[in-house]
Amino acid sequence: MNSDQPPGPVEARLDRLRGRALPVNHNARTISALAANPGCPRRALMDAAGVDKQKIAAHIGYPAPFGQSRFAIGRGNAFEARVKENGAAQLLALLREHLDLDVTEVGYTDFNDVAGNPSRELRHVRTRQALTGQDFAPRTLFDHPLLRLRVGGRHAYLEPDLIALRLDGSFHVIEIKSFPVIDGQADAGKVAAAAIQSAVYVRALRDLIAEAGGDPGRVSHETILIAPRDFASQPVAVSVDVRKQLGVLDRQLVRMTKIADLLEPCPATLTFDLDPDRDGTPRRPREELAAALALVPASYAPECLTTCELCFACRAEAAGSTGALGKSVREDLGGIEYTAQALALARGQLPSAEQAEIAVLLLRAAQLREQLLGEVFP
Amino acid sequence: MSTKDAAVSARAVTDAILADLAKAERGVVVDSPPGAGKSTLVVAAAASLAERGERVMVVGQTNEQVDDLIDRMASDHGVLRIGRLSGQDYIPAPRIARHANVTARTAIADLIDHPLVIATAAKWAMLNGLADSGPRWPWAIVDEAYQMRSDSLLRIAHLFDKALFVGDPGQLDPFSTVETERWLGLNWDPMSSAVAVLLTNNPDVQVHALPVSWRLPATAAPVVSAAFYPFNGFTAATERGDRAMRWNTQPFGMTSFDLALQTAADSGWALYELPHRHTLRTDVEAVDACAELAARVLLRGAVAVSEQGRRDVTAGRIAIGVAHRDQAAAVRRALAARAAAYPVLSGPDRDVTKVVADTANRLQGREFDVTIMLHPLSGRRDATAFHLEAGRLCVLASRHRHACVVVARAGIPELLDAHPSAEPVHLGVPVKFPDGWEAHQSFMAHLADFRVPGGV
Amino acid sequence: MTVLAALARAAAAATGRALPTKTVRHVHLSRRPLVLVAAQLAGEACAPLAVLAGDDREKPHLLVVYEPRDRTQRFAFAADLAGIILSAIDRHVEDDGDPETPYPDAPQLLVPNLPHVTFLRLLGRSTRFRKTEGQHAVPPAVPLLGRWLTYYAERAEVTPSAMLVPMTAALADHWATGQSATEDANLAALLGWIDPPDGMSGPAAARAAEDPVRCPPAGPVTDPTFDNEVLAPVLQAMREAALAGDDARLARARASMDQALRSQLESTWALMWRAVDLLGGLPAAAHVEQRWLADRRSFTNQVAWIRDGGAPQARRDSAVAAARRLARLEREQQRLAVERAYDDPLVMAEYRMTGEAFAGEVTEAEPARLEQGRRPVLRPWITVATADEVLFTRGAVLKSPVRPAQQATVVDIVSPGATAGGDARTRIVLELKGGMGRSLTPPPGTVPAVGEQVTYTSLRDDFQPAPKFPDIDDTPWTHGGPPPEYVPDDEDAREDWS
Repeated sequence: MNSDQPPGPVEARLDRLRGRALPVNHNARTISALAANPGCPRRALMDAAGVDKQKIAAHIGYPAPFGQSRFAIGRGNAFEARVKENGAAQLLALLREHLDLDVTEVGYTDFNDVAGNPSRELRHVRTRQALTGQDFAPRTLFDHPLLRLRVGGRHAYLEPDLIALRLDGSFHVIEIKSFPVIDGQADAGKVAAAAIQSAVYVRALRDLIAEAGGDPGRVSHETILIAPRDFASQPVAVSVDVRKQLGVLDRQLVRMTKIADLLEPCPATLTFDLDPDRDGTPRRPREELAAALALVPASYAPECLTTCELCFACRAEAAGSTGALGKSVREDLGGIEYTAQALALARGQLPSAEQAEIAVLLLRAAQLREQLLGEVFP
Repeated sequence: MSTKDAAVSARAVTDAILADLAKAERGVVVDSPPGAGKSTLVVAAAASLAERGERVMVVGQTNEQVDDLIDRMASDHGVLRIGRLSGQDYIPAPRIARHANVTARTAIADLIDHPLVIATAAKWAMLNGLADSGPRWPWAIVDEAYQMRSDSLLRIAHLFDKALFVGDPGQLDPFSTVETERWLGLNWDPMSSAVAVLLTNNPDVQVHALPVSWRLPATAAPVVSAAFYPFNGFTAATERGDRAMRWNTQPFGMTSFDLALQTAADSGWALYELPHRHTLRTDVEAVDACAELAARVLLRGAVAVSEQGRRDVTAGRIAIGVAHRDQAAAVRRALAARAAAYPVLSGPDRDVTKVVADTANRLQGREFDVTIMLHPLSGRRDATAFHLEAGRLCVLASRHRHACVVVARAGIPELLDAHPSAEPVHLGVPVKFPDGWEAHQSFMAHLADFRVPGGV
Repeated sequence: MTVLAALARAAAAATGRALPTKTVRHVHLSRRPLVLVAAQLAGEACAPLAVLAGDDREKPHLLVVYEPRDRTQRFAFAADLAGIILSAIDRHVEDDGDPETPYPDAPQLLVPNLPHVTFLRLLGRSTRFRKTEGQHAVPPAVPLLGRWLTYYAERAEVTPSAMLVPMTAALADHWATGQSATEDANLAALLGWIDPPDGMSGPAAARAAEDPVRCPPAGPVTDPTFDNEVLAPVLQAMREAALAGDDARLARARASMDQALRSQLESTWALMWRAVDLLGGLPAAAHVEQRWLADRRSFTNQVAWIRDGGAPQARRDSAVAAARRLARLEREQQRLAVERAYDDPLVMAEYRMTGEAFAGEVTEAEPARLEQGRRPVLRPWITVATADEVLFTRGAVLKSPVRPAQQATVVDIVSPGATAGGDARTRIVLELKGGMGRSLTPPPGTVPAVGEQVTYTSLRDDFQPAPKFPDIDDTPWTHGGPPPEYVPDDEDAREDWS
């Protein structure tokens, strides 16, 4: 239940996989990303072990293409600060309008204002007491509550990037984002990412309420998203129903408890340890690390390019496969794994029984291209 | 519940609907799960209104649906004068032409005095006139309203004051090939279904649900209801044992096909599972299996035993459902090959080429004794939103009165498990239930108990 | 996507170079297109940083917003951009006074990729409602720019339109690379496959293109490392100089910013003109000019609307407007699909592979065949032998691209093997109707002759009468009733950008 217990056999192997490094700190964003490619064993193992995929990718020569502009960060911080200033005055005004609240005051308390430097466990306990106890008014905005979620075998303490609104008996998760809502519409990909992050918080909050002996159903699946309206900095509140995202998240968390199945085929000594020196520079030989990585199969698809730090490494590995060309291309080539195979069949090579159907189509397609373009196949 | 109880329950709901219709300000929506008596309701409501002296316009989505409705209405109410408003190219089908009380015309002026006028939505939309002038009806009945697109409703709504909207919320949604997000979240999204837009703008409109399926057997109704109708479930009108499938002949041996058909006859379902492989969607082995199963139903001389009595299952009462048109074409070719291979299958009732092979889109609203389904995810590497759409699976799984055999390659649960759900979320668009992924998951879990290994 | 397209990609992957997927160019290309490459500030809804624009590849105009969050500077930028775009528009507008004739040409806007289309749409949205008088006044060209940018962005949604073309889409439409569609969205990588530098393979060129240091991204979103390491210090220097009131420092800071942004935009600028040359090297498809005529008509109407003081485009479509627009988009999309197949045998080949078309040789013909009825009518029969798989059934109505006025109905299909002589081709007998004049003898050329190569397809663009919609004031209760009338208010004008 907490980090004091000795690790079981699966945890021990995962720890070994990760090596000396500390497990990656989870936040709602990283947890929500866990469901990005559930069918990829490489990703599943690394995420379960808490490996820093970015560092691995960089060391084997395929640094990830993701970065964050300080302007975006700055804008996000400025917007959030604006919404929360003066005891969250703007936020309260928005909520009153959005939730049709009456004019009774809603209190605001910030868990970050905690003296001393208590451990995360302690901060979590304090959060739980505050949210479920009587010390605060029945209607209170709790800013930066420290929640946790059981991910794989351990508890992940989530970066407290949310506001929990307690409205008498029920709870709502509120998230502040800085992408705009223009004429009532927002970037659907960004809303999806925000939705699954909110689902992580809903799940964690439900677990917390349950731990305190309460009914987790009191945490609403209707979350509230606060974002800039149109082109200005005025915030607007919109509801986001996260029931589907909760389903996806729960399934992913269950999958992670079955990680033993993926560990089985791996050698017991497998590790992605970087062997860093005192300054943190990795000393592990590149080729050795790459070879270790190759022992765990991956499921590369072009979608990985926007969701996983190992994408360039796996892409290089997948060169020559039809999957690298895209899922729909692979589907259209009806089961052929490698482009070379497809081309051979298109040139007239005798197909196996399983390839008979697609071979007919490939031959015909090659014929047509040749007739119409005068092109001869490689 | 027993058939008698079912009849009582359905009667009560119908009475409530008609009563509500009488005092409704604007209209009533009726959710009608598969085989729940939608046509019966439409006919009863139309007759009830006409008998009260009200003029009614009835809206169908396709010519075939319109003709089906007219046939029933004219048969049940021989005294009522029914007008069919048609396009220039329409030739009255025999089942329409035989009714003396039905008049088919292309101009509304010729039918304006008929108490009941029926036409497709497309034809109604061509009527001239704005809200103030031109022909109008106090009452409209809109059939298959969940399958009607909201822009189609926009074009005819000025023709009537109040309406009864009837349709099946679990079947396929209307769609467009145009890709744009510009209307998502609007209360009047032209690509949404007519009922969705109607209810968003008129939340006071009552929604009723027909509670009983007369079509689905007791082995199927709970499964379909749980997977595809999360808000208003339904039960079968019959009980286990009321429906059965027997055979006129004994099998010569027990091939996997025979085993599958026996499983389906005994329990209402079978999963004919081919070995795992990634294939083209016109997977020859799977297509062939579908055709072979259909042929065997006829070769073995299947008999449908139900509360309606005993009768042979004829070719026209067997359907093979698929997701894509090219799969339907491939199945038809496989059926034709079997007609040649089994000369004993002759005569209109046993002509295997008369087995209906079609896509879910075109099977919507239709009923058969036995269905065979080529699972939308069979042989696929990845699932797409199209293949995961709950409505598609729902249509394919709810056409049968007796038995449904699903043909699929192994590996579908694994495919579902590996599916990344990176679906975009649009503000202002209500979350759609059932979730396609969950519906598929639930359905496959159910089928696991009826698995018959097939193929080599 | 069919096997044909998938095979082209596989082959491109094997050869290391992109392969053509079209024999002709299906998009209109202007003689003097207006090319536009933009950069915007990360994290904001629509905060332009800079634009490189022009119709002369040697003379790009650089516009920079030195303080991207400053409202006055943003509008000054918008006014400057308006200058470029409006002068391009004015060049095409002739006041000949005849509202019925479309202008002989219209300004075509070319941008690198789809995010640029979104950028222009948002820029249009953020400017078209501004007021030119009163408390929050902006230069008069600004709302005008907004309306034009919105117009262009809406044309881009109409699939046959070529008013605003993202070049990644246009190039990917004509070539298959050996990478995925996701990777094709990177203009530099796409061009790397289609036209790699000497000595480089396609994949190597594409990899190089993905390095933001060697090849700044096409934008409008800038590379985060550029933001953090180059742009942020320059902006900081600018702010400090402004605070200090030091004009010399300010001038230097501005020059730094010009240079930094130019360096980010000019490689994409060069790529754009390479793309123009590559596409321009393809012969135009037969229907391209006809579609451009439709664009010119639309442009002419838009000019008239603005001149006559029409309102700016609404924020969201009303129920009636939405339904009208959907109907139009569907019709246009269908028409485009038919035209592309009719214009390009490689596009038709896709339909041949799915059984929706076949091509073959006419083996028999009865051009003078008559059908007796009340009056004898001309109904010639021809037999076509094809190697394509035919999935049509008797009664299917088909058309041939070279005889669009003529209908062909399938009379009979004879599978190979059923005929003597071992000919492996399928034979289809077609009955022809129309496109032969009124007499009982067909004029020469109107009926395919024996030996002629013909193509028939079920893909048809049948003329449908335009659907009727109620007036907006008659929006029915089912769709929420008539919407309130639009009254422009101060809120639109005031919108605070900071």
